[in-house]
Amino acid sequence: MAVFDTIDAKPAPGRQGGLVSWLRRNLFSSWTNGILTLVLLYLVVPSLWHLIQWSLIQADWVGSSREACESGGACWVFINTRFSQFIYGFYPEAERWRVDIVFAVSALLVAALLYPKTPAKGWIALFFFVPFPLLVLWLLHGGLGLTVVDTHYWGGLMLTLLLATVGICGALPLGILLALGRRSKMPVIHSLCVVFIEFWRAVPLITVLFMASVMLPLFLSAEVELDKLLRAVIGIVLFQSSYIAEVIRGGMQAIPKGQYEAGESLALSYWKSMALIILPQALKITIPSLVNTFIDLFKDTSLVTIIGLFDLLAVGKAGLADPNWLGYSVEAYVFIGLIYWIFCFGMSRYSLFLEQKLHTGHKH
Amino acid sequence: MAIELTPGLISRLPHRERWFYNSRVRSILFQVLAIAAVVGFIYYFLSNAFHNMETRGISTGFHFLDNKAGFGIIQSLIPYDETYTYGRTFLVGLLNTLLVSVLGIVLATALGFVLGVARLSRNWLVSRVAAVYVELFRNIPLLLQIFFWYFAVLRTLPTPRQSISLGEAVFLNIRGLYIPAPVPEVGFGWLGVSLALAIGLAIAVSVWARRRQRLTGQTFPSFWVGLAIIVVLPLLHFYALGAPLQWDLPTLKGFNFKGGITIIPELAALLVALSIYTAAFIAEIVRSGILAVSKGQHEAAESLGLSHGQTLRLVIVPQALRVIIPPLTSQFLNLTKNSSLATAIGYPDLVSVFMGTTLNQTGQAVEVIAMTMAVYLLISLVISYLMNVYNAKKALVER
Repeated sequence: MAVFDTIDAKPAPGRQGGLVSWLRRNLFSSWTNGILTLVLLYLVVPSLWHLIQWSLIQADWVGSSREACESGGACWVFINTRFSQFIYGFYPEAERWRVDIVFAVSALLVAALLYPKTPAKGWIALFFFVPFPLLVLWLLHGGLGLTVVDTHYWGGLMLTLLLATVGICGALPLGILLALGRRSKMPVIHSLCVVFIEFWRAVPLITVLFMASVMLPLFLSAEVELDKLLRAVIGIVLFQSSYIAEVIRGGMQAIPKGQYEAGESLALSYWKSMALIILPQALKITIPSLVNTFIDLFKDTSLVTIIGLFDLLAVGKAGLADPNWLGYSVEAYVFIGLIYWIFCFGMSRYSLFLEQKLHTGHKH
Repeated sequence: MAIELTPGLISRLPHRERWFYNSRVRSILFQVLAIAAVVGFIYYFLSNAFHNMETRGISTGFHFLDNKAGFGIIQSLIPYDETYTYGRTFLVGLLNTLLVSVLGIVLATALGFVLGVARLSRNWLVSRVAAVYVELFRNIPLLLQIFFWYFAVLRTLPTPRQSISLGEAVFLNIRGLYIPAPVPEVGFGWLGVSLALAIGLAIAVSVWARRRQRLTGQTFPSFWVGLAIIVVLPLLHFYALGAPLQWDLPTLKGFNFKGGITIIPELAALLVALSIYTAAFIAEIVRSGILAVSKGQHEAAESLGLSHGQTLRLVIVPQALRVIIPPLTSQFLNLTKNSSLATAIGYPDLVSVFMGTTLNQTGQAVEVIAMTMAVYLLISLVISYLMNVYNAKKALVER
């Protein structure tokens, strides 16, 4: 017969709530953790304090020239005096109300589209994607009663947002077509789409932009005069559409085969079964990845700086070349970085939110 | 009630498919149309291109590669000066691209793995710091980060005379980072023999240890022993040979440093920005890979009595790697492609040297851009081929 030793009862667990217990559990659970915490605190706290002091406490906010910046902190005066350039680029001052209208209306529309409970969303989306771009083009470019503002005056945040929006609006339909083509059973269509997608995905965007700005004019007949901005947009759309195509293809592959067969058994034509059955589901499950692609696109628009368009980043660089404001590059880059960051971080949070909201089954 | 088949009714029955509703005919028709459209496009582009180049007096063909380039390049891994050809500039640029890509991949992977694990740490502060890092750096455009490091940080370094120095060997100033260069002397090559010997020995030890473990179940720290052999044996040999290695120290001569290895600020800025940016993405990949291993695996390993390290090494990491590797390679590819942003700060990579300077000097846009794109195409085809091979090997064998 086996003999067992009884084990003494363990003492009751300590208090779980309270600051001390939280600290013990999360920061000092073991010796190594404690040392790690202390080392990190030593590294993080002073630099954070330095950052706050530089950017907020010791910073100069108001003024009109660099003489206003003497306290040794950040010189936000530089940003202040050039703020309108960061937003509008070199758009003529008298016509900036047009840009403001575009900003305001798009903000309203986007907010309405993003908010889950907006009524008549379909109509808003239709307005946003069909007549609205034409309206924006008319307002920004002019003509028909408005003064024409040539595209090389466009710049700043306005151009960045414009490139990103036009990019996504052009790339999404093209991407859907490419994804359908890649899933097609027709060998020619399939291979053409594969070659197209793999080509654009393999080369860096900067070579695409170079190609659009240097090589495209050679490829078109001499009568066709394409605007520099338009050429960049074409490059961005072609480039981004193949990334979108891959994302959507992933979504289509995740749709169970029964859905395709259901479409066929209802005698729906190919386009009908795609438009009514497959794509709505595929797009729904790919929305988070599509938002991520859009974030990449938004960041990638900064590359047009290299081919000489004046987007947000390029306007910042141009400001730094001003002899009256030499040496404030940190402020400029921090400010521009903050703008990009707010947009991208906002979008990634929204994509997370959507992911949770759309979590309707397919996964466990 | 019987339905009477009147001639009117019969004519309305779907008795024969029209030919354009036949799916075979349609598919052939569409494909022919697609080919025609593509051929038409290509013909239109090419005829325009030839016409335009003729009117602008741009020569065609790849003869320009044999012409003298006549411009200098600030960093080259192979002998190069103004007298070399455009073909040589292509090679110099390509090697510089590969250099920054390989270094960037190594740094980004190391940093990314540390951050990914740190984000899962049970230490609240560690995981918070890693999360802030990831959210901060992946949401800011890479180009902006490169500008920041180059213009806002490295441009503010002191002049050569006021260099920041570490001992009398390492100097940092606005012209770059200067480190000592190793100069091998006679007999240094023999170290290769002992290194090969040590590696062979380490492999033998690991084979022996594995066999013994299979037979007896006893484990042996073959990794550490192997590492010790690889380090110690060549080191002993090195001193036995009388330390045949000299260091070429950088010294201030006139306005600049001479000797040693120079890391130009363009390379440093690009490398820092690429590594920091890509590491943020790799950290997320590593984190999701580790989270993808189900909790049951962890508990199973613990219930078998494996230690924490063994659990990680034998159970968690092999399974996590299967999830991590594919997106990781695509990050490597991204990094290689992103290294082309070098052109914005003047690091002489392929795009900057070849698609920038060479294109401007020769004007042969089509050839130059095609060659540059072909290089990137080739790199990514090779990497995705290797990736597919790896995937096929590592894929979960299911029923």
